[in-house]
Parts: sequence; C-alpha cells; structure tokens
Amino acid sequence: MDLFLTYLKVFITGGIICTIGQVIIDKTKLTPARILVLFVVLGVVLTGLDIYKPIVDFGGSGATVPISGFGYALANGVKEEIDKNGLLGIFTGGITATSAGITAAIVFGYLGALISKSNIKK
Amino acid sequence: MNYTKMGMNEKEYTEYVESKAEKSSLLKNCIIAFIIGGLICVIGQVITDIAMSYGLEKKLASSVSTISLIFIGALLTTLKLYQVLGKFAGAGSIVPITGFSNSIVSPAIEYKSEGFVLGIGANMFKVAGPVLVYGVCASVVYGLIYYMSKIFF
Amino acid sequence: MKIGKHTIVFENTPVILSTGSAVGPKEKEGPLSPYFDTTIDDVYFGEKTFEKAESKFMAEAIDLAIKKADMNKNKIDYMFAGDLLNQCISSGYTARNLSIPFFGLYGACSTFAEANILAASFVNAGYSYNSVASASSHFCASERQFRLPLEQGTQMTPNSQWTVTGSGATLIVKADENNIKDYPHISMATPGKVIDLGIKDIANMGAAMMPAAFDTIVTHLEDTKRTPDYYDLIVTGDLGKLGSKLLIDQLKNYGYDISKQHMDCGVKIFDTETQDVGVGGSGCGCSASVFCGYIYPLLKKKQINKVLFIATGALMSPVSLGQGESIPGVAHAFVIENLEV
Repeated sequence: MDLFLTYLKVFITGGIICTIGQVIIDKTKLTPARILVLFVVLGVVLTGLDIYKPIVDFGGSGATVPISGFGYALANGVKEEIDKNGLLGIFTGGITATSAGITAAIVFGYLGALISKSNIKK
Repeated sequence: MNYTKMGMNEKEYTEYVESKAEKSSLLKNCIIAFIIGGLICVIGQVITDIAMSYGLEKKLASSVSTISLIFIGALLTTLKLYQVLGKFAGAGSIVPITGFSNSIVSPAIEYKSEGFVLGIGANMFKVAGPVLVYGVCASVVYGLIYYMSKIFF
Repeated sequence: MKIGKHTIVFENTPVILSTGSAVGPKEKEGPLSPYFDTTIDDVYFGEKTFEKAESKFMAEAIDLAIKKADMNKNKIDYMFAGDLLNQCISSGYTARNLSIPFFGLYGACSTFAEANILAASFVNAGYSYNSVASASSHFCASERQFRLPLEQGTQMTPNSQWTVTGSGATLIVKADENNIKDYPHISMATPGKVIDLGIKDIANMGAAMMPAAFDTIVTHLEDTKRTPDYYDLIVTGDLGKLGSKLLIDQLKNYGYDISKQHMDCGVKIFDTETQDVGVGGSGCGCSASVFCGYIYPLLKKKQINKVLFIATGALMSPVSLGQGESIPGVAHAFVIENLEV
C-alpha cells in the first residue's frame, strides 16, 4: 500500500508539472525550446527559494524527472559544492551534479544519429 | 503597415483572426499531458527504486534513472516513435527528461546529411542548447547569491 | 498591354501546351491522388537527402510536361522556377541538369504564379517561343528549414498547415492558329503587392497571407471591371480552411461574393478531417501540383473555361521571425481561359 501511495504521489506531481507546461504551450504558443528553458530556470529559482525541495520530498521522481528537476539538480549541486569548496563551487557544482544526464544525452544522441536516417513516421 | 481596403488595422485584424481561429482543446490536451507526463515520472521512480534495491545510494540510483530515461527517449526518437508520442501527448512528453533527450537526438539525426562535424556535431544542441545555457547561468547566479549570503549572514 | 492599376493583358495569348505533376506519399493518400502524373511512396524519391529529392520532383514534373507535348528539350528557351529552400537550391540544381537558361525565383508559395506570369510575358513579347515554369516544395526539407527537426515530438497546432511534397510544371508556348483552339491560354495577370497586417504566428500562415490575396483579387476585378461570376473557378493557392473562410467573408463585406467559385488548393489536396494536416496543405508545390494535375486537365477538357488562379506566399524567414518581424504576404494572380468558339 505504501508503495502504491509513493507511486501515486510521483504520478500526480509529474502530471501536474507537465500540465502546467501544456497550459503554457496552448495559451502562449511558446515553442518547445522556450518551454524547456522556462522550466529549467524555474527549477533553479524555486530551488533557491527553498520551494522545490519540499516538492521533491513529496513527489520524488515526479519532481526530478521533469526538466525543472534538471534545474533543481544544477542549483543543488552548486550549493553543495560551495559548502564544500567555497567560491569555486559556483563553477564546478552545476555541471558535476548533472554530468550523467548531459553525457548520456550527447552519447545516445550521437549513436542515434549514426544508426538512423531522418524520416516521417507513416 | 497601413492597409485600409479591408477597413482593419493590425490590431483589429489580429483580433479578428483570433476570433475565427480554431482553438486547441485545452482540457483534452491537459488530461493527456497529465497522464503521459505522470507515467514517465513513475517509470523514472521505478528505475530508481530498482537501482536502490541493488544497494546503490540514492544519488547514484537517481543518476541511473536519468541515464535510462535519456536512453529510452533517444531510442524512441531513433525509432520515429517519439514524434508520434509528442503529437499526442504535447507537454506530457516535452517536459520530462525524455523530451530533453528527444530534442538532442532529433537535430542530430536531421542534420546528419550535412556531415559528422558541422552536421551532427554543430547542430545537436540546436534545440536543447539554450536549456544548458540558461540552466547553468541561472545556477551560477544562484550560487553567487548563496555564497554572498553565507559570507554576510 | 496594361489595364487599370496593375493588370496585364496578354494580347498574344500565350498557350499552356502541357503540364506535369509529381507528388509524395501524403499527397498520394489524399483525394487528388488519381489526378497526379507521378506519385511517389518514398519521401527521399530514391535520393540521399530531402533537398535532392525535392530537386528530383521538379525535374520529374518538367520532364513530364516536355514529354507530354512531344517537344525536344533543346527547343525550350527559358526556365522560370523557384522553391522554398534557401538560395532556391531545388530549382538551381534541377536547372543544372537541364541546360536551359534559368531564372531563379522566390515568392514563397506564390512562386508558381510568379513563374507562369513571367514565362507568359516572355512568350507574349516574342522573346521566347517555348518556356517552362515550375515550382516545388518538400515537407521534410521545409520543416527543418522553417520549424523543427522532423523527429522532434511536438503537437501540431490547429491552424497550421502541412507543406506539400511535390512539384508542378507548365510548358508555355507561342500561340498559333492550331494550338489556340485546343489548349488553354494565359490571358491576363495581376501581380500582387506585399501586404502585412501584423500576423506573427508561423502556425497560422493562411491568416497572414489572406490580406494579400484579398488585395490582388480586388485589384484584378476592379482593373478588369469584372465580377466573380465571370469565372468558373477562382482558385487560391494555400490559404487553408481558415484563410479561405476569412477571404470569402472579407470579400463579401467588400461587395464581391466568390463563395460559389472559390476553391483552395491547400484544402483540396488533403482530406483535412482524416489526414492530420491542420487546416490544409501549403508550399510552392501545393498550388503547382494542384494546378498542373487537377485544374489544367479540367480546362483542357473544356469542363471549365475561365479560371482566376491566385497563388499566395508568406515572405518571412526564420531570421526575420527571430528578429520579431511579422509575416508579410504576397499574392500573384493569372487568368487561364479557353478560346470561345
């Protein structure tokens, strides 16, 4: 039952974040690139204001999987590195914390391009 | 510009077009985005939980989950399935990290015809590049503020 | 001869001796499928890139037009052609293989009318005996130039249009006693002004181009002192469902009722209910293939005798949109008629 409740929380949190994105797309005609930028910056800002952490504690992956979670990871990484190494942490924290995602995207993107040819799905 | 034959200025014409244009069904789009977006997040949670059950600590488990989702996004893009999902799910498949992956893989595939360096290499971040630029810059601004507040308070 | 404000009368009645049309898979599934000369299942048309494929569609259309007229390629004096890609590469590379003197044109989706007006002018003036006019577009090639990569998963907004993959070509020749009786001729042209009423939404091109079509039609009717009833068909290029509706409404307000004669190539080429193409087709290849495949044969069989054809184009680029500019429209009209007997 606990497990079900956890997943329900994840589902609802993730669903709500995506729904906010959908409302912005339909109401403002923002392109996907702008939506992604908006969400990642919002993720950083909300983390800075200590609002995003409680959402992550409640929704788990529901808050970390959306691209705003990428902003959360960046901001959190910077914060932790500053606590550990001081000023230099501003520069090392963000990318260190998100390195797995960035590297994976580059590598899988490159491999995908190697094996695939652009086409429309019929 | 000034065009008077239709008896409308730019503002009036834009409003006239808006009033006649078909609207996308917001409620339907939101429900689909909610369900698909929620499901992708649940998949992420399942992967994290499985990784943790193998004894990985939370941070590493969450990395495993991120990498897996990016792989799934890339795979579906390569199989031309993400474009089908995206048409249906809208923000439900744009906002999760799989959408970030899709926006890196799709220009990489598209620009392959212009070569490996200037085609794939230079265009891979055509859509997702701004996310990194603004994400990193925002985190540095946050870092500066956090550092200052640590010194002064 | 020029009449009125902007209308040309071709007193030597240049004749359209033949046409050719070639389209891709989505058009093949559409309602006009049986009318096109060549339909191809593969968006690559056997080539390595979409851009090369687009060139091949145009080469195919021109080749068909020349073959159907039973003419030797060496007898063609000039080629007037254009497309949507940067620097008009589809047309340029097609011309490379044809060795016909080449005028490269850009009028966005209005290019097909622009090419026909110029070819007809050359033939009418006696500078050319035989000229070809052509235009092409390719869904995949223009998506990535104007919008996003194909594999990007995004929703289609309800008022956007689907770029037609295909091309059409006309062979325009000097009129003589024989051909003028059997073949339709170009009798008039009304080139259009660039008009911009401030639409910035690239997903609603029909609305951006509508004022230009409105202006060209009004200018044409006023210059010729005709009413819409003069024509059997008034064809617009690619306004789509929304743009067509706006056009008919606005012309009615102005005093012209075209609702009975009006047809839009973008609405006609696809089934907008089932084919998931937004409000219809667009692109240079849309008006070109529909004119060459569907309208010209109707004229030739004399099922219709007087057509006003208005191709509409949106003259923006990703750069101008990025810089916050709105989308200017242009519309060129020409009249195709059968000699009255």
